Amino acid sequence: MTAVPRAHDHPDAALRAEALESLLLERGLIDLNVVEGLIGRYENDVGPMNGARVIAKAWTDADYRERLLEDGTAAIGELGYSGPQGEHIEVLENSDKVHNVVVCTLCSCYPWPVLGLPPSWYKDPAYRARIVREPRQVLAEMGLALDDDVEIRVWDSSSEVRYLVLPERPDGTSDMSEEDLAALVTRDAMVGVARVAAP
Amino acid sequence: MDGIHDMGGTQGWGAPTIPADEPVFAEPWEGKAFAYGALSARLSGQNLDAMRHAIDRQHPYDYLVDGYYGRWLACVETMLVDSGVLAPGAVVARARNLRGEDVPEPDEPTLHKPDYQPTAAGSIRQIDGEPRYAVGDRVRTKAHAHAGHTRLPRYTRGHVGTVAEIHPAQVLPDTNAHFIAENAQHVYAVAFDSRELWGDDAEPFTLTIDMYDDYLEPIE
Repeated sequence: MTAVPRAHDHPDAALRAEALESLLLERGLIDLNVVEGLIGRYENDVGPMNGARVIAKAWTDADYRERLLEDGTAAIGELGYSGPQGEHIEVLENSDKVHNVVVCTLCSCYPWPVLGLPPSWYKDPAYRARIVREPRQVLAEMGLALDDDVEIRVWDSSSEVRYLVLPERPDGTSDMSEEDLAALVTRDAMVGVARVAAP
Repeated sequence: MDGIHDMGGTQGWGAPTIPADEPVFAEPWEGKAFAYGALSARLSGQNLDAMRHAIDRQHPYDYLVDGYYGRWLACVETMLVDSGVLAPGAVVARARNLRGEDVPEPDEPTLHKPDYQPTAAGSIRQIDGEPRYAVGDRVRTKAHAHAGHTRLPRYTRGHVGTVAEIHPAQVLPDTNAHFIAENAQHVYAVAFDSRELWGDDAEPFTLTIDMYDDYLEPIE
């Protein structure tokens, strides 16, 4: 298919979104309840709190951890999380020797059912371009300094497989409940650009 | 196609920044762009691969200036125009009228959605036949891509890696985006040594990327 020419007379995005909506409404092609439902779902219900529950359960339930690493999609589905951009989810385990980090250089593929929609840094050309070329440097710039003996594994999400990082459980958390542990787990740790900090 | 979207390994971008507290949608129109993007395949009779290709085809200047949800908005318009749901220029004309101008709007076009029906939901398919490669096999990626949609990034082309995993079979974006065929095939996670991709001075690390069978050639 043909290239799309450069946009001239480019009204601002808010106005173009409104124009698109009015055209689709006029033709009876959309239902605003569906549109608002989609927006609300990703603003409120689908986000990194889902992935955090998965990680906390893996930290506290050895059988679940095994199932999660064996078949991520199914184990995540046990907690009720599935849907678009989660057709096949693979979980990558971080340790003190191996650090996994995930990117999509071609667009910004991301495991929506467990992490929600991607944050701006994940979509930033700086991250997409550089993490596959100088990951240790980029991670340091993002605040994660890794020891030289830690092996870095970068995963570029080019197919419909989506990757979720299982971060290391921080020290000093052995008494914590699954729920309290989930509150410690951050989005950035589940992409692999941060560690989970001890409370 | 070798477009601006294929960013892996390009240089000069500076450091990524992580905003401390970021809403899911920075502005209401971003939520709308997301929702219409999520509905775009249904509205246009196209598919997810065609949606990604509509973003690939955006002019490089606009690709960078528009940002992520601006690209979604643009790709929805491209898909709807390509399928004859909206006339070329309809969105801009309506936008100008919404801001108080009085410009003619184009007539409704004739629908011409692609002659296309997916064989199943999603992209994963059950296929017959054993994978051509096994875990541990060394493979070479194709050196060149075609002008259409592909998920074989430039920085991985013409390099030698090792099959690390065999993934579920999936439809081939290169043909599915153009409604030619689903061409479902085996997909492999292929691991590359960083020095293979970036030279002897590269940071030591392993880059693993998913490769469709069509992208790979055996090493003789």
